[in-house]
Amino acid sequence: MALSEQQIERYSRHIILDQVGGIGQEKLLASKVLIVGAGGLGAPAALYLAATGVGTLGLIDDDNVDLTNLQRQVIHHTPDVGTPKVDSAKAKIAAINPDVRVKTYPLRATAANLAAIVRQYDFVIDGTDNFGSKFLINDACWFERKPYSHAGILRFHGQLITVLPGESACYRCIFHEPPPPSAVPSCSQAGVLGVLAGVIGSLQATEAIKYLLGLGDLLTNRLLTYDALTMDFRAVKLNRNPDCALCGPDAAITELADERPPACDLKGQL
Amino acid sequence: MKLIINGEEVSIKDGLNVNQLLVEHNVKMPEMVSVELNGQILRRHVYETTQLNEGDKVEFLYFMGGGGGAE
Ligand SMILES: [Zn+2]
Repeated sequence: MALSEQQIERYSRHIILDQVGGIGQEKLLASKVLIVGAGGLGAPAALYLAATGVGTLGLIDDDNVDLTNLQRQVIHHTPDVGTPKVDSAKAKIAAINPDVRVKTYPLRATAANLAAIVRQYDFVIDGTDNFGSKFLINDACWFERKPYSHAGILRFHGQLITVLPGESACYRCIFHEPPPPSAVPSCSQAGVLGVLAGVIGSLQATEAIKYLLGLGDLLTNRLLTYDALTMDFRAVKLNRNPDCALCGPDAAITELADERPPACDLKGQL
Repeated sequence: MKLIINGEEVSIKDGLNVNQLLVEHNVKMPEMVSVELNGQILRRHVYETTQLNEGDKVEFLYFMGGGGGAE
């Protein structure tokens, strides 16, 4: 696939990078990234991957845009309140870059549907906001052997790790199973500084691009933690856990299953 | 004894096991923490029987479920 003159101009700042070049840009245009959750983390990831010229973006989200989302979910704008997040995000992506094909999945990721979707992509970004989905994505990417970026944000903190299934530590190597629902901070206690989503979601997009281009060192076997108040970034070294119930030699988990604590509904508590 | 906890040197009582360290270090919600000791993630059931030693490197890794979605 040769680049058009318009594309050479649009992506000129990539093309002049030795590590990207025209060939790298063509690779990106031929790549497919799945973003699970078009919320805080998914928003910046989708915006940058669209501008980057990743040719196909998949978006999974079953939610509508809510006024409380706009403080951090920068892909959704005030007039979008009440519309499906995947539609709102698709419109912004189209406006940024018509080179990008967007596939929308207005559904909740479950054990029944996720593996078949993940299978169609080169890289997956976990932009979800609950432990059930985070474990489900980790497990689906393991069974489909797809690389993915895990991340979480809370209050003034964020963290992320890239997982190459079978090669590097997975989410279950670190956190064996979802915490008991009673221990999860209730929705109204949690809160998050909006810009955290931008910092961490953009790092996830960076990992996707590096993976697609085969550049640099991925954030594997390292959990990068970020404290916005102290401005400390720390990479905690990790190893694959031989006791991992998913990717260890004596794995107990042999098929994809849902693991979902009760949903968190802030509106119900106000 | 001195331990390195999340990258910082901390002085703490001798002879603690991992469960006692969680209390001693004021970890408020141990259910939300995974413990790495000298590069190995520990299963919860060994906390009680795992003794800490001078110079051990301990990482408390916190569960972070948020993604800036609906929460
Ligand atoms: Zn694992």
